[in-house]
Amino acid sequence: MGMTMTQKILAKAAGLESVKAGDLIMAELDLVLGNDITSPVAIHEIEKMKVDGVFNKDKIALVPDHFVPNKDIKSAEHCKCVREFARRNEITNYFEVGEMGIEHALLPEKGLTVPGDVIIGADSHTCTYGALGAFSTGVGSTDMAAGMATGKAWFKVPSAIKFVLKGEFSRDVSGKDLILHIIGMIGVDGALYKSMEFVGPGVTSLSMDDRFTVANMAIEAGGKNGIFPVDDKTVEYLKEHTKRDYKVFEADEDAEYDEVYEIDLNELRPTISFPHLPENTHTIDQVHKEGDVKIDQVVIGSCTNGRISDMRIAAKILKGRHIAKGMRAIVLPATQAVYMQCLEEGLLKIFIESGCVVSTPTCGPCLGGYMGVMAAGERCVSTTNRNFVGRMGHVDSEVYLASPAVAAASAIKGCIACPEDL
Amino acid sequence: MDNAKGRVFKYGDNVDTDVIIPARYLNSSDPAELATHCMEDIDKEFTRKVNKGDIIVAAKNFGCGSSREHAPISIKASGVSCVIAETFARIFYRNAINIGLPIIECPEASKNIEAGDEVEIDFNTGIITDITKGTSYQGQAFPEFMQKLIAAGGLVNFINEGK
Repeated sequence: MGMTMTQKILAKAAGLESVKAGDLIMAELDLVLGNDITSPVAIHEIEKMKVDGVFNKDKIALVPDHFVPNKDIKSAEHCKCVREFARRNEITNYFEVGEMGIEHALLPEKGLTVPGDVIIGADSHTCTYGALGAFSTGVGSTDMAAGMATGKAWFKVPSAIKFVLKGEFSRDVSGKDLILHIIGMIGVDGALYKSMEFVGPGVTSLSMDDRFTVANMAIEAGGKNGIFPVDDKTVEYLKEHTKRDYKVFEADEDAEYDEVYEIDLNELRPTISFPHLPENTHTIDQVHKEGDVKIDQVVIGSCTNGRISDMRIAAKILKGRHIAKGMRAIVLPATQAVYMQCLEEGLLKIFIESGCVVSTPTCGPCLGGYMGVMAAGERCVSTTNRNFVGRMGHVDSEVYLASPAVAAASAIKGCIACPEDL
Repeated sequence: MDNAKGRVFKYGDNVDTDVIIPARYLNSSDPAELATHCMEDIDKEFTRKVNKGDIIVAAKNFGCGSSREHAPISIKASGVSCVIAETFARIFYRNAINIGLPIIECPEASKNIEAGDEVEIDFNTGIITDITKGTSYQGQAFPEFMQKLIAAGGLVNFINEGK
């Protein structure tokens, strides 16, 4: 029996000829990641272990990005703990405020994630790097600690669901609409414990930024990882961002899948996830039929949609227009490089002239940390990834997940809208 | 492992880690402090009512969302002795095992056990007994690999023993 792309990567990392779904393996890790929320817990755990430092100072990435620049004294203490651990262990890839970015946008940009890698991160959206043909998955702090100490992690080899993509996106539809559509179709536990492999002729039409967005939200369908094959666009991205060698894996032709879905990209419409689960999807056409959904705030950014193409899409819609009266629109370029590129391309001017505020990179508003926390009864259209109860603030506030195009158009209209409505 | 025994708190599908421990409290990593906010956004009464040994019973995909280990840590520090669910989100599953919070999958128990029931779990056999109703269920016992981890007292000890 053949292996899926994920199974092949895991077999290689475990030093095995082959693996099958359900096997328990011990795999060598290429990168272990943590942020300012999860690393302090991991650091506390690694200090309890009888180990001498970390397994490899070049294969650990520590990115304070959730509550930085420090939002309060307790957050400052957490960041200090991470900073001092990084110094003590001479961690190569520690990114201080000023050079950091949102971890899942930053690491590919810095060339730290390449095809064939096995990556764990103490952040659930670590699955993002599957866009580059790597196996990457979110874990907790204890797994992160064990990974930093030993360079290894145990995995149960996942089975997989195959998504065959055809055609290409129509106007104003992007990777975010695709992944929201998929989550709406299979549910928030539709891929529980499984790999989501995205294949087919439609993949070539997806930009790398679209692929990052899609892989990023595999976890919102319960997936262990989301993964794309390596093609010319991947190779081009890697040429620009990394000097590391990499190995390309492909699924066997006779690999077994639990389910296969075919998706025609041409048929997708701008899609919005209503409160309080990402699976609660409505197309923009349904939203229009159901009546206006008035909103108070828009957030454009995050590890899901804070990359340069997201910024360009939002700016194109906001250019020469102003956000609705009483609206708060917060734009967060995901990394310093994206921020700089926005500056050079004149996007920051567009955002500010249209009435948006532009923030330094941070995860803050996505998880109700800071920089856009909502009061009771308020509604936000957000390009982030979760709309659980209380996710962005008060338990009686609401989050509507959408693409940067829908978010920008909604900021202008004051209710959920797409660019066609302007 | 000793049996777990206590009164049941019952919840539905997709209990996410944001409601188990809201992010506004993640500027702390102290288990006792986290426990004072456990389940706050789904059940404001939980922290006041929970007693040592009590059991959480939920439906599918318990612990979905963020990978914050603070979620199982806060549940364990609240005194909860076991979480029973139809299914668990995979990161929560790993985290619970790694920190030594017993969890067990059992769709029938998840469906039939009600809030307030007194329940006992035998981890060696996977048998869940609803003492209030006089019924019992066969839960999924841990795979051997995980039993070794739990027997060692979690991942940290497991690694220390291997050195």
